Amino acid sequence: MAEKKRAGLKELSPINIYKNLPKINCKECGVDNCMAFATKIVNREMELDSCKPLLKPEHAKAYSILKEMLKPAVAEVIIGVGEKAKKIGGKLVMYRHEFTYKNPTAIAIDVTDEMPEKEVVGRVQKTENFSFEYIGNILQLDMVAVRCTSDDADKFKSCVKKVAETTKLPLILCTMNPQIMEAGLMASPKSRPLLYAATTTNWKDMAELAIMYNTPLVASAPNDLNALVSLAKTLQNYGVKDIVLDPGTFTNGGLQDTINNFTMLRRAATKGGDELAGLPLLGIPMVAWMNKGETADDLIKWRESYMASMLTVRYADALILHGNDGWSLLPLAVLRQNIYTDPRKPVAVATGLKVFGTPDENSPVLFTSNFALTYYTVASDIESNQVNAYLIVVETEGSAIDSGVAGRKLTAERVADAIKASGIESKVKHRKIISPGKASRISGEIEELSGWKVLVGPRDSSEIPKYIIDKWQP
Amino acid sequence: MAANVLPKLKLPAGAIPGGKPTSLFPISFSPPIEKYPNQISTVKLGATKSEGGTRGKSLIIGGELSPAFYTFENQTPHKPVITLDVFDMEVPLSKAVKMHVKDVIGDPAAWAKLAVEKFGADMVTMHLISVDPLLKDASPKEACKTIEKVLQAVDVPLVIGGCGDPVKDTALFEEVCEQFPGERFLISSVTLDMDVDKCGKFIKKSGNAVLAFTPMDLNFARELSRRLYDNLSREDIVMDLTTAALGYGLDYAFTNMERARIGGLMGDLELAHPMSSGTTNAWAAREAWLKMSDEWEPRELRGPLWEVTTALTLLTAGVDLFMMMHPAAVKTLKDVTNYLTANKKADPAKFLEWVKIKA
Repeated sequence: MAEKKRAGLKELSPINIYKNLPKINCKECGVDNCMAFATKIVNREMELDSCKPLLKPEHAKAYSILKEMLKPAVAEVIIGVGEKAKKIGGKLVMYRHEFTYKNPTAIAIDVTDEMPEKEVVGRVQKTENFSFEYIGNILQLDMVAVRCTSDDADKFKSCVKKVAETTKLPLILCTMNPQIMEAGLMASPKSRPLLYAATTTNWKDMAELAIMYNTPLVASAPNDLNALVSLAKTLQNYGVKDIVLDPGTFTNGGLQDTINNFTMLRRAATKGGDELAGLPLLGIPMVAWMNKGETADDLIKWRESYMASMLTVRYADALILHGNDGWSLLPLAVLRQNIYTDPRKPVAVATGLKVFGTPDENSPVLFTSNFALTYYTVASDIESNQVNAYLIVVETEGSAIDSGVAGRKLTAERVADAIKASGIESKVKHRKIISPGKASRISGEIEELSGWKVLVGPRDSSEIPKYIIDKWQP
Repeated sequence: MAANVLPKLKLPAGAIPGGKPTSLFPISFSPPIEKYPNQISTVKLGATKSEGGTRGKSLIIGGELSPAFYTFENQTPHKPVITLDVFDMEVPLSKAVKMHVKDVIGDPAAWAKLAVEKFGADMVTMHLISVDPLLKDASPKEACKTIEKVLQAVDVPLVIGGCGDPVKDTALFEEVCEQFPGERFLISSVTLDMDVDKCGKFIKKSGNAVLAFTPMDLNFARELSRRLYDNLSREDIVMDLTTAALGYGLDYAFTNMERARIGGLMGDLELAHPMSSGTTNAWAAREAWLKMSDEWEPRELRGPLWEVTTALTLLTAGVDLFMMMHPAAVKTLKDVTNYLTANKKADPAKFLEWVKIKA
């Protein structure tokens, strides 16, 4: 950690930012004054480039000072070009509760230059078409890794060409041979692929290619952090701008070193201000496939998936996988989405009327909070038992039922308003609504305000189906 | 064309513009070691004959000096422990889970034996849900007969689970503590809506340990710890901060636990307790059990992997005791825990061969 230290996220104050702004309160950025803008900058709610006057030549010095001050603990690297280009790294903090993680771990699926062309195209299309809708987001995969297994530059070149014709997703070109790498680059020279990899033996040639083709470059030094930072420093001095670190990924008995290396690098970057450790980290769960033949394929996919998940939690900024089955990728894709959400505000779902099954005018009506977890738990309990019902989601500012009642976020007024706004009164003949058991305290008040009869339901939503069978009468 | 494809790169020396390095610039990486002012307390579960119980061995959880598996800093003092769920009556189980236990449902002793002998459980959780007033409303005395049978069937430490009704659970746990003093059960669980003082007293008197359950809010967890301290010592308390399934709030559970663990190490004593996770909750996610379109199948693999992903995420947050369900998920968690504590050096020699794997 001999490298220069940076101010941590917490030490940055709006005053430091403000001092370097034009201070003309022009409001061009959409904020009332420069001080307010400085606060937004510190909170990472706005980008520095929204300050148009700052981009003028006379402020060039201040701009570069500010850029340096705001540099994230982990550098941001862009792979690919155009709409599908992927930013990786850019992390400000170590722990999720400190600040929302930036740039979700990019997931690449591989192809090789020895696969039949049909298989290559098929795998690339499958990667591109991976899609799963989850709380209003589409979960997707991000990149294609092209590996040279043939040792033949022509084969690699034509494979890269085919892949680049098939997809606009960013590429990772994988070969230790600089000549073969250049052949691959010539097939897609302007696409800014990530080059894998520079090692302690081939680094000069790889650095030349990265500079010549303006691409990011992976520095790889398996399980040797001294060699890894030496390599990164050397590449920087050589003139390579964008570097990604590969400390090695190891299965089974090597998992401990793997997790330790990722954790140490990220801590050195975020807590120690170590700029060499502060580069994006690449995890390669597909090392699990080294056991192909000895181990059943499904078991390898299982292992690859759980290693990818652990590395998603433990600081990988990009991952390369081989297994592309939905069952093994879905848990990983959902986990990544979960880990990269804002830890400060509870995830809320849209309020209003939700319909389960095929309810009719005599079907039960329930209400719940708009806290995503509460809502999805209730929804899952209703769905899994195939109950036909209406559920009114009430605005509670993302509070759960008990804390919502206690904190006056779930109130009788809001429930009454939600009943009116939902249009339920034209859908059912009865006027009875089932309340969560934990909201029983406000049931009397809801009856007064809404004119609906409140039936106090179970405290846990898993009891809803039974409650409806036993107690519901329109 | 081929000539262009394979240009001899003019390297190094002469062709390189001045100032570029010609050899590696040696730097050493200093591992970022931190010291924490506090240690997580330890809790012993299960008691052997010489310790006043009937178990073959006892287990210790907790005692961490660093965040989970920061073994570059401190060793993990006690490996996380897995307890498998056993129910005293028929419960709805997902197909992927049910296929493994269908022959023993309704026979808790046989179920416990299967969990220990075949699935490698370190402990067994005896869920006495039959006492639930909404289910069979069985008496605490009847429930204790089930415990007796399970104690005879297996010699691992037990977690004793209630039905979730605060009043009935208090009565159940009082009876359990009365009948089984000195077994060092983990009583699961005491919550803020129970008579914490009363529970604390009878648990202390019996020499059992307590699981303090709170709903995903560290202030509630601190409050419950404080109220338990009136009667119990730190070495009697395990915390359950609530586990939500992957996709259904796992991010909250993870961050809550990670914060609790770091807080505990930094000196927030009310949170410096070993943590337990009801990882079985992973099966509450419909993606774990639902038949989906072909591209996401088979659910027989997706389901247990959902449990594994939930478990491993929380493993990295610091969970010491996992309450689990699926045998394959149990095996993976055990394997990973062993890998993470083996202190074997990863062999770098073959790593780069991944590029050429013929898969």
